[in-house]
Amino acid sequence: MNDFAFLSPNARLRRSLRQFGGIFLALVVLCVFFSVVNPRFSSLANVTNILQQVAVVAIAAFGMTWVILLGEIDLSIGSILAVSGMVGAQALALNLGFFPALSLALGSGCLMGLVNGIATARFALPSFIVTVATMGIYRGMVNLPTKGAPEMITEPAWTAIGNYSLFDLPIVVWVLVALFFLNHVVLSRSVFGRRVYLTGGNPEAARYSGIPTTRVKIAAFTLCGLMAGISGILLSSRLYSAQTNAGVGYELDAIAAAVLGGTSLSGGVGTMIGTLIGALMIGVLNNGMNMLSVPYFYQLMIKGVAILLAVWLDVRAKNKPSTARNEA
Amino acid sequence: MKSGEDVVLQLRGIGKSFAGVPALENMGLSVRRGRVHTLLGENGAGKSTLMKILAGVHRPDRGEMRLNGHLYQPDSPRDAFRRGLAVVFQELSLSNNLSVAENIFANHEPSRWGFVDDRRLKQKASELIAALGLPLAPDARVGALSIAKRQLVEIAKGLSHEADVVIFDEPTASLSEREAESVFSIIASLTAQDKAVIYISHRMEEIMRLSDEITVMRDGKKIETLKKTATSIADLIALMVGRRMERIYPPRPDRIPGGKAKPVLSVIDLVVPGKVKGVTFDVRPGEILGFFGLVGAGRSDVMNALFGILPATGAIFVAGKRARIPSPDRAIALGMGYVTENRKEEGLVLTASVAKNITMAMLPALRGRLGFLDRRREERETATAIDLLGIRSASTKVPVNTLSGGNQQKIVLAKWLAIHPRILILDEPTRGIDVGAKCAVYRIIRALAAAGTAIVMVSSELPEVLGMCDRIAVMAEKKLRLIDTPARLSPQKIMAAATGAPA
Repeated sequence: MNDFAFLSPNARLRRSLRQFGGIFLALVVLCVFFSVVNPRFSSLANVTNILQQVAVVAIAAFGMTWVILLGEIDLSIGSILAVSGMVGAQALALNLGFFPALSLALGSGCLMGLVNGIATARFALPSFIVTVATMGIYRGMVNLPTKGAPEMITEPAWTAIGNYSLFDLPIVVWVLVALFFLNHVVLSRSVFGRRVYLTGGNPEAARYSGIPTTRVKIAAFTLCGLMAGISGILLSSRLYSAQTNAGVGYELDAIAAAVLGGTSLSGGVGTMIGTLIGALMIGVLNNGMNMLSVPYFYQLMIKGVAILLAVWLDVRAKNKPSTARNEA
Repeated sequence: MKSGEDVVLQLRGIGKSFAGVPALENMGLSVRRGRVHTLLGENGAGKSTLMKILAGVHRPDRGEMRLNGHLYQPDSPRDAFRRGLAVVFQELSLSNNLSVAENIFANHEPSRWGFVDDRRLKQKASELIAALGLPLAPDARVGALSIAKRQLVEIAKGLSHEADVVIFDEPTASLSEREAESVFSIIASLTAQDKAVIYISHRMEEIMRLSDEITVMRDGKKIETLKKTATSIADLIALMVGRRMERIYPPRPDRIPGGKAKPVLSVIDLVVPGKVKGVTFDVRPGEILGFFGLVGAGRSDVMNALFGILPATGAIFVAGKRARIPSPDRAIALGMGYVTENRKEEGLVLTASVAKNITMAMLPALRGRLGFLDRRREERETATAIDLLGIRSASTKVPVNTLSGGNQQKIVLAKWLAIHPRILILDEPTRGIDVGAKCAVYRIIRALAAAGTAIVMVSSELPEVLGMCDRIAVMAEKKLRLIDTPARLSPQKIMAAATGAPA
């Protein structure tokens, strides 16, 4: 009756297929469609290009996944992303050097996430409201040093991150792959990851079982801030400048990526693999439609419909296996 | 005299499958006016499915239902009410932010031109509450009421419809004996008005007291319908589980457990502001200490304070040392486990797998290098727990919401056994699980005590407390009234202490 055997590679594959099959299939269908309509879509150069475009949103979406797994939300990541880029650019402008600037940029991301986490977990405020507020506060802060103007970045090490390649692959893509594995392993294999799943699934039960739920939440928001900070650094590097309107609306793409990937907004269910596939899907849609010169406002509409469709299919598939036996 | 034997509700050959799995097969039932007809069966026997079909939640695949001689095919719960069948649900279906009155008349509020007529609503609710003799205030917000009071609101809600047949689904599961009495008198007055009552419960004593007829179900089928006068509790249990159960409670050990050992837990003058007024007791290794009382007597508050969930004053000594317990993780570190009253709210993460739930309280022990989980150890612990408790689950990877209530409760137990507690607190450990699972839980508790664990068991079922505990503490109105061995206590003495009557 009981199955304690290690899952064989085959069973694992089947399980993943059941879990991600739908969204993965949709991704493949989209890729095939765009390739047929425009052969340039599947060229190596364009695939690399897509990955590069996806990276900024995908990394932010990894952070968002931690927060959504707890049943919370972080709407401020677009603003955090901009602040981190600006902090880095200002530090570079003050000639503090590459590594201090990098540390300050990452640290500012963590700090802004920490503030969100403390307000949500310690003061028991709804994260939706907290991060609507900090979204405005952080966005305002970006403008302080330059009064709204962009800050140019000339430091070669900084701009190399977003524009140079390593072993024929953009550095940005290496960063994306590394951060994916890091987040995935921590989420699925660490005690902290387990605590996030349990706290998100039922905060009361987690608390009664001795899980420090407040600390877990604060840590997850901080991690989310850190990921947004990294996205901000990548973006500023690619643009050779820190823009005050960088990352506007990215929080919605990040949420969409996580939800497309099967993360439940009520918490406790989701994976980093799902989020990565979700982010790729959004990236492919953007890129493909751009190549077909679909006007921007149509792109918005199509993206919205695609998200609704994907989530609906997902919900339908997951509700199918009836638990009739346990109803009685 | 009751007016005859006429059948008001007749079911023939009802069948229902979910995703190809039969939940009900060829089910027949005849319910008579002025009679209480009990449905009895273990969890998973098909009682709830049958009830949902009657209530119009599910539609049967096969078979025929007749109500008052007419074909009865409700297409929604609303339709079922309209045709004269009312249901008092067990799982609370109330809106916490609305008042008692608003909940009672939810979906059929007295209205004028589409607006709710508040005055009439309150008046009608007051009348109904008074007629039923329930201790409820129509203006009270439901969220502020105790679970027991909410169950009474649920009853009033079910009875707000004019009905020929009233179904009660475990109405007393969360009630103390005194509150249960008010449910029994409501049922008596319904039958006196010549209405038919279908009653679902796991409590054998009350079934034997209330029922006229009893239908035993097993594996989605009707096993037998018996007159109460022609059967016994032992017979019914045998029919229900398909085998004869020798006794429900495991035998007590010969020696008096923990007689000489030093207490592993001593509580001195524990005060929880507004909830507990100075409680003092101790428990020895291997001893089962029962906490009996009416719902709201403060028993669960004592346990929550011991586990660091409610702030409290007073002294707690664990194994002779003064302990400060500001949070559950401290309690766990001191070797305490706590099976709470509501397993779905505080016990389980329903979306998480069997394995994740079992190891939930022992995560610090599973921390390996760099904060990674020791997955080998986790698998070992899970396998041990599943074997030990006889948990029936297709795999350790399935989410616990696919399991039956009894198996879910075993998982909560497994979670706490995994930390090898010195002290295990159990709050209503057998609520809402069937007789078979109950016996298993009792055996586990007895075995734990025999191995030296100190057990504190809160229960509202007197037979359970008398059958299981080595000493019994009785609480009433936030105070400890008495504490003694069952040999020196009679059920009357315990009830008197629990109800605050002069002893």
